[in-house]
Amino acid sequence: MTNGKLPAQPLFHLPAAQGLYDPTYEKDSCGVGFIAHIKGVPSHQNVIDADTILQNMDHRGACGCETNTGDGSGIMCGLPHKFLRKVAKRDLGVDLPEPGQFAAGLVFLPQDESERAFCKSTIENLIAESGQAFIGWRDVPQMTDIADVGPTARNSEPFIEQLFVGSSDGLKDDAFDRKLYMIHKQASHKLRGPDSTLKQALMFYICSLSSKVIIYKGMLTPAQVLPYFPDLQDKDFETHLAMVHSRFSTNTFPSWDRAQPLRFMSHNGEINTLRGNKNWMRAREGSARSELFGDDLKKLFPVIEANGSDSGTFDNVLEFMLMNGRTLQEAIMMMVPEAWQKHDTMPEEKRAFYEYFSCMMEPWDGPASIVFTDGHYIGATLDRNGLRPSRYYITHDDRVIMASEVGVLPVDPAIVKEKGRLQPGKMFLIDFAEGRLIPDEELKSEFARKMPYGDWLKKQRIRLSDLHPEKESHGFNSKTLLARMQAFGYTAETMNFMLRPLVQEVRDPVGSMGNDSALACLSDKPRMIYDYFKQLFAQVTNPSIDSIREEVIMSLECYIGPEQNLLTATPEHCHRLLVDHPILTNEEIAALEHLDYQGWRSVVIDITFDRAEGKSGLKNTLDRIAAEAEAAADAGIQIVVLSDRAISHDRVPVSALLAVGAVHHHLVANAKRTRIGLVVESGEAREVHHHCLLVGYGADAINPYLAFESLWQARMDGLMDPRLDDDKVVAMYRKGVAKGILKVMAKMGISTLQSYKGAQIFEALGLRDEVIAKCFVGTASRIQGVSFDILAEETLRRHTLGFPIKKSDRLMSLPNLGEYHWRAEGEKHAWSPQSISDLQVAARNNNQDAYWRFAHTINEDDRNRCTLRGLFDFHVDESKSIHLDEVQPAKEIVKRFCTGAMSLGSISAESHETIAIAMNRMGGKSNTGEGGEDPVRFKPLKNGDSKRSAIKQVASGRFGVTIEYLTNADEIQIKISQGAKPGEGGELPGKKVDQYIAQIRYSTPGVGLISPPPHHDIYSIEDLAQLIHDLKNANRAARISVKLVSEVGVGVIASGVAKAHADHILIAGDTGGTGASPLTSIKHAGLPWELGIAETHQVLVLNNLRSRVTLQTDGGLKTGRDVVIAALLGAEEFGFSTAPLITLGCIMMRKCHLNTCPVGIATQDPALRKMFTGKPEHVVNYLFMVAEDARRWMAKLGFRTIDDMVGRSDMLKTDEAIHHWKMDGLDLTNVLKPANKPHEDVGVICSMDQDHGLEKSLDMTIFLDAAKAALDTGEPVTIQCPIVNINRTVGTILSNEVAKKYGQAGLPDDTIRIELTGSAGQSLGAFLAHGITIELEGDANDYVGKGLSGGRVIVFPPREATFTAEENILVGNVCLYGATGGEAYLNGRAAERFCVRNSGAVTVVEGVGDHGCEYMTGGRVVCLGKTGRNFAAGMSGGIAYVLDQDGTFTLNCNLATVELEKIETAEEEAEIKALIQKHHQFTNSKVAADVLANWDDFMSKCVKVMPTDYKRVLENKQVEEALV
Amino acid sequence: MGKPTGFKEFDRKKVPWRLPVVRINDYDEIYTEPKLEQLQEQGARCMDCGVPFCQSATGCPIDNLIPEWNDLVYNNRWREAIDRLHKTNNFPEFTGRTCPAPCEGACVLGITNPPVTIKNIENAIVDRAWEEGWIVPEPPESRTGKKVAIVGSGPAGLSAADQLNRAGHLVTVFERANRIGGLLQYGIPNMKLSKAAVQRRVDKMTAEGVVFKTGVNIGKDVSPMDLRNDFDAVLLACGATKPRDLPIANRDAKGIYPAMDFLTGNTMQMVHGDSIDDAFLSAEGKYVIVIGGGDTGTDCIGTSLRHGCRSLVNFELLPKPSEDRAPDNPWPEWPRVFRVDYGHEEASAKFGRDPREYQILSKEFLKDENGNLRGIKTIQVAWAKKDDGGWAMSEVKDSEKVWPAQLILLAMGFLGPEQYIAEAIGLEVDPRSNFQAVHGKFATNVEGVFAAGDCRRGQSLVVWAINEGRGAARAIDIYLEGSSNLPAPGQTMGTAMEMVV
Repeated sequence: MTNGKLPAQPLFHLPAAQGLYDPTYEKDSCGVGFIAHIKGVPSHQNVIDADTILQNMDHRGACGCETNTGDGSGIMCGLPHKFLRKVAKRDLGVDLPEPGQFAAGLVFLPQDESERAFCKSTIENLIAESGQAFIGWRDVPQMTDIADVGPTARNSEPFIEQLFVGSSDGLKDDAFDRKLYMIHKQASHKLRGPDSTLKQALMFYICSLSSKVIIYKGMLTPAQVLPYFPDLQDKDFETHLAMVHSRFSTNTFPSWDRAQPLRFMSHNGEINTLRGNKNWMRAREGSARSELFGDDLKKLFPVIEANGSDSGTFDNVLEFMLMNGRTLQEAIMMMVPEAWQKHDTMPEEKRAFYEYFSCMMEPWDGPASIVFTDGHYIGATLDRNGLRPSRYYITHDDRVIMASEVGVLPVDPAIVKEKGRLQPGKMFLIDFAEGRLIPDEELKSEFARKMPYGDWLKKQRIRLSDLHPEKESHGFNSKTLLARMQAFGYTAETMNFMLRPLVQEVRDPVGSMGNDSALACLSDKPRMIYDYFKQLFAQVTNPSIDSIREEVIMSLECYIGPEQNLLTATPEHCHRLLVDHPILTNEEIAALEHLDYQGWRSVVIDITFDRAEGKSGLKNTLDRIAAEAEAAADAGIQIVVLSDRAISHDRVPVSALLAVGAVHHHLVANAKRTRIGLVVESGEAREVHHHCLLVGYGADAINPYLAFESLWQARMDGLMDPRLDDDKVVAMYRKGVAKGILKVMAKMGISTLQSYKGAQIFEALGLRDEVIAKCFVGTASRIQGVSFDILAEETLRRHTLGFPIKKSDRLMSLPNLGEYHWRAEGEKHAWSPQSISDLQVAARNNNQDAYWRFAHTINEDDRNRCTLRGLFDFHVDESKSIHLDEVQPAKEIVKRFCTGAMSLGSISAESHETIAIAMNRMGGKSNTGEGGEDPVRFKPLKNGDSKRSAIKQVASGRFGVTIEYLTNADEIQIKISQGAKPGEGGELPGKKVDQYIAQIRYSTPGVGLISPPPHHDIYSIEDLAQLIHDLKNANRAARISVKLVSEVGVGVIASGVAKAHADHILIAGDTGGTGASPLTSIKHAGLPWELGIAETHQVLVLNNLRSRVTLQTDGGLKTGRDVVIAALLGAEEFGFSTAPLITLGCIMMRKCHLNTCPVGIATQDPALRKMFTGKPEHVVNYLFMVAEDARRWMAKLGFRTIDDMVGRSDMLKTDEAIHHWKMDGLDLTNVLKPANKPHEDVGVICSMDQDHGLEKSLDMTIFLDAAKAALDTGEPVTIQCPIVNINRTVGTILSNEVAKKYGQAGLPDDTIRIELTGSAGQSLGAFLAHGITIELEGDANDYVGKGLSGGRVIVFPPREATFTAEENILVGNVCLYGATGGEAYLNGRAAERFCVRNSGAVTVVEGVGDHGCEYMTGGRVVCLGKTGRNFAAGMSGGIAYVLDQDGTFTLNCNLATVELEKIETAEEEAEIKALIQKHHQFTNSKVAADVLANWDDFMSKCVKVMPTDYKRVLENKQVEEALV
Repeated sequence: MGKPTGFKEFDRKKVPWRLPVVRINDYDEIYTEPKLEQLQEQGARCMDCGVPFCQSATGCPIDNLIPEWNDLVYNNRWREAIDRLHKTNNFPEFTGRTCPAPCEGACVLGITNPPVTIKNIENAIVDRAWEEGWIVPEPPESRTGKKVAIVGSGPAGLSAADQLNRAGHLVTVFERANRIGGLLQYGIPNMKLSKAAVQRRVDKMTAEGVVFKTGVNIGKDVSPMDLRNDFDAVLLACGATKPRDLPIANRDAKGIYPAMDFLTGNTMQMVHGDSIDDAFLSAEGKYVIVIGGGDTGTDCIGTSLRHGCRSLVNFELLPKPSEDRAPDNPWPEWPRVFRVDYGHEEASAKFGRDPREYQILSKEFLKDENGNLRGIKTIQVAWAKKDDGGWAMSEVKDSEKVWPAQLILLAMGFLGPEQYIAEAIGLEVDPRSNFQAVHGKFATNVEGVFAAGDCRRGQSLVVWAINEGRGAARAIDIYLEGSSNLPAPGQTMGTAMEMVV
């Protein structure tokens, strides 16, 4: 696939920001591993073995547009003294000092000779300054040709030299390392920092400089590392440890320095809270004092180096703490703490330790598998939720092998002493000095006992209750309430849609259909500043979190107020205020305002200004507030309260968000933020989104007094449940908001509010730089927009509404601005009565006139200008226009049309099938959505129509995803995100889950379905690559599509997805529809598709990846003009959802979530479904009119085909004719910037196939042939072969062949037996069809039996194994995820998330990790061993049986939806016994034998986990049967 | 809001009228007291639509907040309901009684079911509010000192007056008739809109400071230019009062009258007891024919019945509408379907058959030797669709018929405003003779002179008059003050602070 051409302009690093591309959003992800000798014995074999590990994780890394340019790989070793001594003598002619007395390290230097010389002399000077001895520079041999390094990497290849430094004055160990640290830090600042004068500054990089370890790395593929560095091949290169890392980056740009290992660690994961962590670190520099560095400490600032990746940043901070005297373990525990807050079984001391350290630093939150070493220790840790795999072996010959995967290094089973995995939040440590593995408990309890943290906390910690809020006033003024509500922008909808339901339902309120109202920056109305922000969310490179089912890891608790010196630990460090919920009651805020307790005081800063000041009052006031807050910090005040309580006729409030942002950033910039707590008392904040923004931009706590008052008033007015009193209203509001905030955090994969705080997980849409620079530094705002002047105007208008100049203008009720529901005088909506009725007439009568009226309303009517594309105009050059006949016919264009993913369940069978028929008639594609599909539909109808949806969606719930379903697809779409609710899973209310829907989804009737926010088999980009691979195996003829949602950085993500071998990428806009979703998400998450598709196209072209994928966009497409604009911005295909529904009768009731759709579309109510009047021809008529509309534009613009148009954004311009009071500041230049081709031959439309590498699979090379007889005639066959971890997705192609011929029923039991030995790669037996049995002797990685579809999987340890099967890890994470049927017998323990969303498989296992049987809806699980925490969370069907040997199971079980029972009936007992007998028969399990031998004991200890809802259904069924 | 499943549980039930045989014996309103529970059920039927078409261009012209007050009624919160109703509608009791309710035609529930009884609910809210004493004079707290003259006291003039007064301007309304209300007073019979209800509003507005001058005919008694000079702004809201005539043979026969003459005389004498013998036209004992099938025709039928007519026939040129929507008349358009209004119901009750005759074209009046009307000759017509989609009318051969008649009432609509004011001040008029002004701005070519209502848009509904009156008030407020916070249809309610229109 090498294009063989070099970029015209060589790049040395990531390209500069251009168009919508911003290098800040680059992500990476990886495979990590190490091998070490526990007793610290060095050997060259370790290097060789590490190399094997590295190469066996090749699939976890990635290649860009060239197969021989990797994303980066490297190795870290202990200093190879023997080797170094040899080469120093040979190459430099010097004798190195004794080990410990010198340091060595690789330095990347500029290619430019003079710049190189400058770098070297600078370093030499720094060495001299620090009083250490410069020994010399050695050229490191770089075998670029031999290693076949690709052109891109070669072009940016640095000159690598090895630096030797000797210690002076007998300095050694830490003291010497501190000197070295000072040298490399200062060198980096000078040569690489923002002030560097070098042209090739970013080529300079110090890999490491240490007396203990050394790093060799580069922009290499795993296989290139050793060939490239002959040093590593030298037999004398001996080390006791070797850590390797293989990187998967989202881009294809050169960046040698981003390769890992980093100086102290390797990281597989992503820091979601990076922006906040960086800001807090910057702020902390102000109060950092070091005994070790003294005044020199400042020379180390900024601690965080520019241009680093998130991992690099983490490493910077880790190094800073290490060099200042913290141990590696302790620093890691501070930065990546366990989920201690809700861990009931954690020892008190350890909780105290974590709590104490939470007073010093927020968690660096995100999925992470971190491997660290300083030469003395080597260890690894996992994030609190275990979102990355980490498996290890310990051998009888004292070796430890740890990696992202098991089986990366062949090990004789006979010498394996222990097989394990790292558990969430747990640490694994080898102490070379002691020569042993220190278990997590021991190591942490040692740290926990180091100081009396618990006592310190007891004495020092301040709680809100200590301040006696109960003595404070309630703060309710009914008389002025309405005026204040109006002035703060409350509307009738605020109360009806947000606040009252929030309290009544105790959750963030739900709505349906997409957001079609005007963007805040295009609205005629004064909009809240909050509306200008869109929530960002995790997609692909890291997972969102299931804040509902995995609540045990979530926390809102924070310590606030002044922090102490990061570098010490004293009792005073926890002299902080513990706030357990960011929402404060009126009494609590009053207590804080009156604070005078243990030396703590507060000041209240009034954030209102004199109305007479007019618009300029806003900016002036922000300056005043920031200055007053700084003064308070300087005066040693602990808490500052920003309050708008002073609002009145003459006092106008500044937005609380602007105030918080201005203060926070002012204090961060002056490194004073950590000296003071920042609390808000605001009438403005009320919705979940508001609170999230306030916290996200630095608020420590919020008192939304007006929300309380308005709810109290509503209660007095009889609008709320009469049983509520004022306090209960507040309590329920706080609870509802808490759930909402957790969900928003979880969207980004953040689990603690402490790390969310200040993390700025938002993109601004329509704010000008001046606003960003003052209040929201670092936030993306890509189209500019309104200034402070406009914001002030909006504020004043709102204020005038509540406090009019003329008293006669007082309104006695709240306005209704029609933000959610259309109102004649409200906000603009694309779907207005006019557009809906015109479209229906057009589609139903094939009425062209009505279509043109519709198109006119949508495209040109000012009242409907809601979207960015409304601002576009075309560059029409009439001389280039062509005749309409020359444009490709409409029937060709409609083939590029798809309908969106609307699940059966969210819409009725009638609507779903009508759409499918329509799209099949046109040659377009309909999409199943995530609800599965009735197999009846796979067969064409007699009249030639087909109800089969061409696109089969695979979403996180995996409803009805069977091998037959996948086999019947033309395209398989992995839904990563959905426009209406990116970062969340689908929701189907229980009312809509009737018998039919439940049957197709393999779930329980009447039970609501909330799909997990993440795909549990996609926690990273390499996981996505794996799922793509799995699905391609399941159906080789289908293209694999990945659906993403527009947000800043989506182009970068899409590059990664293209590199993960997706054939097709869908970029959905934020306006996408939904059958049910929190209103917060519908309104405030995601960005318009115009930005997303433009960014994606630009970035893919820039990476030369565009030609490998087809791009599609959707999200409110309505007319031919929309199609043309989408194509010009980069799309080849186009999706429609709401508009086709409207042609079928939808009238935007927005009642889908209530099951009351009166036109029979979004409902399962039989009476209402009868009202459905849609016909396939309605959809066909409409889409053909859209295509004709597009053709007219194409003729005008001179394009014959859609392909010709793709990416021609030069044909677009901003419509100069549009004038609007807010629009003057908008700047669409970056959206319209044509993609930058790295060289001439770069393709700009999909023109080549992805290489899925299926031909190398065991299925293709062995199974298909071997099983031919079975496939053809059903004759039983047995296949035997060895397996290693690079054999991934085994048995799936075979299953696809079975399903093609035999459907879901498959073959008779055991027809094809596959007997494997070794370590299986990921996805063993994925979607395995009935009739296939896979038996594995050995162990397996993640996703065994994923989507198991009737087949049988048996895994047991090697017969010669010396360890106890049931105590060791046999299979990896997320096994049997989404299984719909079949059996699995596992003679050992499974790791995390066993049987998530199992809906039919029957399995016996001997122990599981955390979150076992999460969200299970069917099947049977027998667990003959211990479970981890949070077992059965959200389980609503199927039954689990757990052998509870020590009676601790109850503590680990999530009892929210299940009941614990005993096996009662003889029938059931027989069923379980039979299962265990089978387990014994298949695996020869010792546990099974014991259980069977002591059956009564088993019966007395076996706990039956019975979902409450499932029980109800079973009972109803029994009653029904009895009645019959 | 509302009850999500209400529309499935309850059927449409209208508030019934009094029994026809009873009500034709008096001039009292035809309505009965609504049942609270029934109204709540109807409120519950409202689906609180994501896109409430009842407010759309084909729905309520004054953007009544229908889903909101439906919900409030369902929840028995009448006090708030009237506040919400008054936000968009100055006179809900007028529309609640007289409006043909396009909102109901556009009601989304109407796609699959009979629509919500929006009009009943509206009327009940305002009646209840009057009963409870919630509607009381609220004079403005301060005055701007600016003076506005309004010519005509129909719904457009009154709603503009109400709004402008609220904004603190000094408003004087001139009415050429002897009572305030224009069409509300004399065009619509008492049984449909009681004159007490009209007077109640007028009294309230008087108490709030609006000055009403009756018996002053601007253009005859006072020169329009003087008026313009004496006031800071003038609003012409004088209606479309020129009736369409039927100029066929023997039009001069005695016994042929424009409907308005008949209805006005009736209200003066029978309701108010005014002594106006010469103007009162009695249908008692007569063969009555009403030509024209609109609301005015119905009013003529109802009134004639109450006079005790001997027979009653109603001519309609167009064919009988179908029972259901025709394919070319899809929702949410106003449904052109067969309806039975109060007059039709009463005629059926009295004479045993619906009085309407369809596809009838009048050819010639017949008179006796004294010049008195004795009948009318008609011919049947047929309608056929033309190639261009329009309709062509043709006469059916040998279908002539003679109908006996002693009183023929012409209810065929109005041609536009009378022109004497326009001529006096050089007002531009449009081709249909309406005063030229753009909707939304309402300014005529004469500086400071505005026009609203039927005189500007041509004959229309009461609710459109209110739409125009409110809009014109806002336009005048902006003209006088530079900006306006007065809400008006099509303007941002509440946040309407745009500096220019």
